[in-house]
Amino acid sequence: MSDAKAKGAAMTMSPDLLLRFYRQMVSIRLFEERVNDLYTRALMPGLAHLYIGEEAIAVGVCEALRPDDYVTSTHRGHGHCLAKGASPNLMFAELLGKEAGYCKGKGGSMHIADPATGNMGANAIVGGSAGIATGAAYASKYLKNGRVAICFFGEGALGQGLLYEEMNLAELWKLPVIFVCENNGYNEYTHFSESTAGTVPGRPAAFGIATETGDGQNVREVHTIASKYIERARRGEGPAFLEFKTYRYHGHHVGDIARAYYRPKSEEQEWVTQKDPITLHGEWMMQNGVADRATLDAIQAELIEEMDAAMKFGIDAPYPDPIRVTEDIYA
Amino acid sequence: MAQTATAVRELSFGDAIKEAIAEEMRRDPKVVLMGEDVAEAGTTFKVLTGLVDEFGKDRIIDTPISEAGFTGLGVGAAMAGMRPIVDIMFGDFMTIIMDQVVNQAAKIHYMSGGRWKVPMVIRTTMGATRRSAAQHSQSLHAWPSHIPGLKVVVPSTPYDAKGLFKAAVRDDNPVVIFEHKISYRKVKGPVPDDDYIIPLGVADVKREGTDITLVALSSMVQVALGAAQMLEEVGISAEVVDPRTTWPLDEKTLIESAKKTSRCIVIDEGYGRYGVTGELASVIQEGAFYYLDAPVRRMGAMHVPIPFSPSLEDSTVATESQVFEVARELCNK
Repeated sequence: MSDAKAKGAAMTMSPDLLLRFYRQMVSIRLFEERVNDLYTRALMPGLAHLYIGEEAIAVGVCEALRPDDYVTSTHRGHGHCLAKGASPNLMFAELLGKEAGYCKGKGGSMHIADPATGNMGANAIVGGSAGIATGAAYASKYLKNGRVAICFFGEGALGQGLLYEEMNLAELWKLPVIFVCENNGYNEYTHFSESTAGTVPGRPAAFGIATETGDGQNVREVHTIASKYIERARRGEGPAFLEFKTYRYHGHHVGDIARAYYRPKSEEQEWVTQKDPITLHGEWMMQNGVADRATLDAIQAELIEEMDAAMKFGIDAPYPDPIRVTEDIYA
Repeated sequence: MAQTATAVRELSFGDAIKEAIAEEMRRDPKVVLMGEDVAEAGTTFKVLTGLVDEFGKDRIIDTPISEAGFTGLGVGAAMAGMRPIVDIMFGDFMTIIMDQVVNQAAKIHYMSGGRWKVPMVIRTTMGATRRSAAQHSQSLHAWPSHIPGLKVVVPSTPYDAKGLFKAAVRDDNPVVIFEHKISYRKVKGPVPDDDYIIPLGVADVKREGTDITLVALSSMVQVALGAAQMLEEVGISAEVVDPRTTWPLDEKTLIESAKKTSRCIVIDEGYGRYGVTGELASVIQEGAFYYLDAPVRRMGAMHVPIPFSPSLEDSTVATESQVFEVARELCNK
């Protein structure tokens, strides 16, 4: 999307929406910082894949959705869940393996799911949810309920065959599914140029799927692009494939600390200091008279309080009784 | 509503399955069937011929040759309110859909703490001796039986196939049905034309006996019944028990039968090694140990890739005379 075009679209957004972008991105950032803290203090079992740096994509896309629209998420899924309306209390409880969590402690970081917010589940198989999202879109079309399904995935999923089978089915049957590729540049510990032949947009183009690439650090641009294709899908005009360029500030997972062997510190620093989606959006709002520094600081302070309380809720919540282990295997 | 008399007709195994699908599709508009060449072609086995004429191409849906793709699509559709039946032409293609079945469909209910359900049916085939060689002849029903969250149906008669299939469609969990492809036309039997259900997890005693229990599944039920006839001629009374589903498993009926007869053979067309026969034999030995007069014997498919040549292929699957011989040996007669 051209700068002028993006700017034009952003100027039509309401101050409420622009502030909501900020609030949602800060929420995710604060949530993830606390997850990292819990992990490093050895309070959290297992591991977690942090979304820090990529917040503008989940927020820009999900703010263009209806509450009853569907999303499928990934192993790096906390941002998608929160952006789609998940409760931080129940998320912290789940990440800590507590009975009060979204999945009663049975899913953990990589499996948060919630029908009430259309969240069909984070997924620990790379690309594994492409079928689920496409199937939800199929159901929407069959049941004529106007729902759109978003399939979030990282560029690592471009290596999985299932994605291409679903893209073919989605375009063939004109299903309301949007494939959102969060291209953070690294398939785990390998630069995506070492794993990916051809081009990213060339893939959907081969199926005749509408495609567009955008700046994943610019929440207004993400939202503008996503809105266009979500409404198009809702009108019955078929799927789309959106690629957003982004970066994860942390490692592949919380334990991936020493990572200079696969990406230079200078590169990380450049993204953190020059391309941070929250800083950039805050500055843009101040420059355009949407908010002043005091307003942004107040939002930050309020959310810190909320996230601290949510984390405490999770820590204080009881573990499930072991007797529950055999419940929920069958419906 | 006026009561109508039930008519019992002689139907083939394949026609009983088609009738089950048609009845469930009439009952619930959210039931759709998708797979390769299922519409006008009526599947490669011609089992669904005519369904597309009644239900249209929006409900009997031809897909690309993308088994993982449309199985995954079925999982999502089921979560979003549909009741899809996914048609996997050959059971050998279970390999292609395994991630969607094992890591997605089977686990979503549990992983989500019971928040999401996956009410879908995967119908596929099993069975050798069709001269289709190693990639179109396997009986892989042990695989999904190993996974918590799945139910697995292996019907042997037209009556059972209809009632079990209808139960599977109404079940709120992913159910995999293995239809024996030789049985589609070869096996015929009485089938009521009314709306009956056979609950999943209830075994059926196909023939009563007192000297030995033959536990048999799918195609092997006919083999066991044939062997039982031969055994009767030498004075051995064989009971034939068909579990009908490998999970849920009616352990009680198997164990009670073994306790009564004190001898047991488990016969299956899947591979014997690490297979369904081993599991059922263990269940029976754990439950009936002090009542048994001999170790429980297992008869599964020979542990080879299914060969093409008839003279080779026919030796891979248990036959009536083989079952007869093993039973005589166990009974010392």
